Amino acid sequence: MSIMSYNGGACIAMKGRNCIAIASDLRFGIQGQTVGMDFEKIFPMNDHLYLGLTGLASDILTVSERLEFHIKLYELRENRKISPKTFLSVLSNLLYEKRFGPYFIEPVIAGIDPKTRQPFIASCDLIGCPMEPEDFVVTGTCATQLYGMCEALWKPDMQPDELFECCSQALLNAVDRDAGSGWGAVVHIIEVGKVTTRRLKARMD
Amino acid sequence: MEFSIGFQGDNFVMLATDSAAVHSIVMFKQDHEKTIKLGSNTIMSITGQSGDTTQFGEYIQKNLQLYKIKNGYEMSTHGMANYTRKQLADALRSRGPYQVNSLIAGYDKNEGCGLYFMDYLASMMKVPFAAHGYGSYFVLSILDRWYRPDMTKEEAVTLLKRCMGELKTRFIVNLPAINVKFVDDEGIHELPPITESEYEKLTL
Repeated sequence: MSIMSYNGGACIAMKGRNCIAIASDLRFGIQGQTVGMDFEKIFPMNDHLYLGLTGLASDILTVSERLEFHIKLYELRENRKISPKTFLSVLSNLLYEKRFGPYFIEPVIAGIDPKTRQPFIASCDLIGCPMEPEDFVVTGTCATQLYGMCEALWKPDMQPDELFECCSQALLNAVDRDAGSGWGAVVHIIEVGKVTTRRLKARMD
Repeated sequence: MEFSIGFQGDNFVMLATDSAAVHSIVMFKQDHEKTIKLGSNTIMSITGQSGDTTQFGEYIQKNLQLYKIKNGYEMSTHGMANYTRKQLADALRSRGPYQVNSLIAGYDKNEGCGLYFMDYLASMMKVPFAAHGYGSYFVLSILDRWYRPDMTKEEAVTLLKRCMGELKTRFIVNLPAINVKFVDDEGIHELPPITESEYEKLTL
């Protein structure tokens, strides 16, 4: 029994042409038992910055609450929206602070830079090692399945509708091969000035 | 072996817990109260390590009472649940974590009724129905099938009796009685304990 797979969950973010997609499943379980089917693992930090977290549910709530606190204070002090790259540094620092007693989470960041309007995705491990790839990031109990699906389906410069299809299919088919994730899915498509949220019709098992 | 269950109905929330206080093979008390009152319209059932249950429960209860004295009004159900979760999460990585599972049921003028499931690891979720303990393995599937969000209080009690009937048939531990409480806009109502003779057989 691993702490990271105690509650189950999956999260994915993909880059498109001036847009990003971030999606997660909705299961909240305690080992084999499913307790909730409405546990969204994606938290909006502001209009253009979304954070996805997988791992231990208690730490998902704690870290998202702590980060929201940091970001609100940042916006009050600096009087501007935080850029995704800076947010990644804040998150990485928060996680490394607990290097020898870490939060059992794996975060995924998806955002649009407020100044340059460029899409940005990144992820970390549980002690804050940052990673900024050009294509997609995946975390969760079915990470391997997600890697496979994304590698097969992703291509550069997708428009928002195509990106939505790609992200949804990658997530749905990966969680169907994992007992710890699933029970519904939610996808957010973030473009400049617009966020579209959709719940997917998924296998409820 | 401790069992607690809660579900939301038509403008009320019902919370029930078993009433046995056990230590090793001895039953200390058969009519032990495992639910505490957090406010005029909010209750919390706490099961788990004995000692931790009382300490944590009373700590939360008194601090929420202090909030009411300081600010002049009670915290909302959502606030109480989040406050409880934060205390549990802070204690988790400290010298003395609390090993308690809880269900918080409350009524708010603004939000209506709410039921919050909370784990001993401080994971929390707002749910229509929930259960803790080994009994949850049997009872959650029954609730998946027969729970409706618009149940009346009588239908809720019937469903609860059927859940207990299922536990009587299939659970090795005998639960002699359960304490039931309702929360609605008028406050907290306690029903007389439901004893073994009243458990109903589940019929299709």
